[in-house]
Amino acid sequence: MSKLIFERSVEGRGCSLLPESPFERTELPARLCRGKAPRLPQITENDLCRHYTSLAQRSFGVNCGFYPLGSCTMKYNPKVNEVAASLEGFTEVHPYQPAYAVQGCLEVLDTAERYLCKITGMDAVTFQPAAGAHGEYTGLLLIKAYHHHRGEDHRNKIIVPDSAHGTNPASATMAGYAVVSIPSAPDGCVDLDALRAAAGPDTAGIMLTNPNTVGLFDRNILEITKIVHDAGGLCYYDGANLNAVMGIARPGDMGFDVVHLNLHKTFSTPHGGGGPGSGAVGCKELLTPFLPAGQVEKTGEGYRFAAPGECSIGRVKSFYGNFLVVVRALCYLLMLGCEGIPAAAQGAVLNANYMMKKLSSTYDIPYPGPCMHEFVMSLQSLKDDCSVSAMDIAKGLLDRGIHPPTMYFPLIVHEALMVEPTETESRETLNEAIDAFLALYEEAKENPQKLHEAPITTPVGRPDEVKAARSPVLRHRFGEE
Amino acid sequence: MNVQKDYFYTKSHEWVQFLSESTARVGLSDYAQSEMSDIVFVNLPQEGDLVSVGDSFADVESVKAVSDVYSPLAGEVSAVNEELLDSPQKINEDPYGAWLAEIKDISGKEELMDAAEYEKFLAESAE
Repeated sequence: MSKLIFERSVEGRGCSLLPESPFERTELPARLCRGKAPRLPQITENDLCRHYTSLAQRSFGVNCGFYPLGSCTMKYNPKVNEVAASLEGFTEVHPYQPAYAVQGCLEVLDTAERYLCKITGMDAVTFQPAAGAHGEYTGLLLIKAYHHHRGEDHRNKIIVPDSAHGTNPASATMAGYAVVSIPSAPDGCVDLDALRAAAGPDTAGIMLTNPNTVGLFDRNILEITKIVHDAGGLCYYDGANLNAVMGIARPGDMGFDVVHLNLHKTFSTPHGGGGPGSGAVGCKELLTPFLPAGQVEKTGEGYRFAAPGECSIGRVKSFYGNFLVVVRALCYLLMLGCEGIPAAAQGAVLNANYMMKKLSSTYDIPYPGPCMHEFVMSLQSLKDDCSVSAMDIAKGLLDRGIHPPTMYFPLIVHEALMVEPTETESRETLNEAIDAFLALYEEAKENPQKLHEAPITTPVGRPDEVKAARSPVLRHRFGEE
Repeated sequence: MNVQKDYFYTKSHEWVQFLSESTARVGLSDYAQSEMSDIVFVNLPQEGDLVSVGDSFADVESVKAVSDVYSPLAGEVSAVNEELLDSPQKINEDPYGAWLAEIKDISGKEELMDAAEYEKFLAESAE
């Protein structure tokens, strides 16, 4: 491992990055001053640059290579989004500025809301939530407020299929609900009988991802939402996989009442360490009275912030969410238009099916397609035959310059590798990745030991995950501590 | 896969060891711990919690995933194995010794398998 910046620090070195203050210096009362100077690293500008450049070189992003991380939609982030988001009118504003002085910003929020309503079939969208799980939590608070308002606080259970993203049960628990997990049917979709058995007078709602995490569009979706509605519950759409159907099928038409969108996945804003994210939440009219504050409305004189409804759940984040992320997403929407958005979804589905087909004669595909935007392989038989696991194949991909797919998820598939190529990859890139997967399979059969030792080309090979989880080192300790 | 002879088992791989007619300990089978791999964190119920059959009353986190533990019994939690909070690896090392919770005043239970039936169940699921 390379040194931390604190370990590079040498007493007395430094660089002056801050300009002289034009203001008169004010001495604080002694009781408000800290006793010791903060232990900031003392380092020259040159060493500082090298430190961060070396960190940047050791990271891997979509700009570096193929990144088929299933259920994460690691699509390319067009640079024009960055140009839009760096316009002064968006960056040099203050959240306390009066509405008349930030009409352009309000127009962005209003326009993005209208487009996303059209794509999801919802009636309103809030941009407050900072990311996906935050969006889930916000959506559940809307459901909770709805039931409370109707005097149905006894509805305390949220139904979640066992193929769900782990954030679903976690968000439901955070929102104060008990989680009822229902098994998937053999085809990987929701087991309708299990759902009927679980739905009842205590059902607050269901959380569902469609297409689901094995990459299949649930054919029974209308029946599923009807069963939940008939029981008096509401239907929550986890938008993690919207990329497969955006502009083609709408959650609102499937019967969902509330949906979160990961703008940082589906709408091409930076993702992962490059965030921040945005977990915009859309809802049907029956839930709009409960939306957080900060909705924009258009009047004869321009745009303004609407007063929050009496039943509003309040703010879930300061001000208007991660506004510049919304600017990027709107730029993406405008660049693609109403023809480009469905074309992107079709490209994502085509790319996934192309890869799956090419790999299906070698790797086991537990839910044979056609798939949607992603597919799942099981390496159980490879592990049984030559003790090469999904983890070993993933590590082998690193040596071939490819970010591994999602591993060991969904939980209902053993030794799972979940591949989501996205629409922004060329046929050449897909072919290279297919060749890498096939070559690794051969290698697993011929020389499994080599894969057990992979990766050999990366700065970090196989960290001790168990030790990291059981006794994490969460901060640097200075010598004298 | 090791199956403890005098214990009873659920399809979701919990084991039940009856201490008396109305009191039992619940833990995770050898198969469960091996599927989850190294366990790094355990959430236990509170003493005095009332549980119903099928309730998720604890969860275990491994480097792979977080898994719910479902109560095979209805009753009251009379003790929890606090040692696991600091040493979750005991579940990997000694799955049939590392009980999670003790349940008293048992008023109901799901259909449990004995060791022979559970062995058969494991063999069938592997096919």
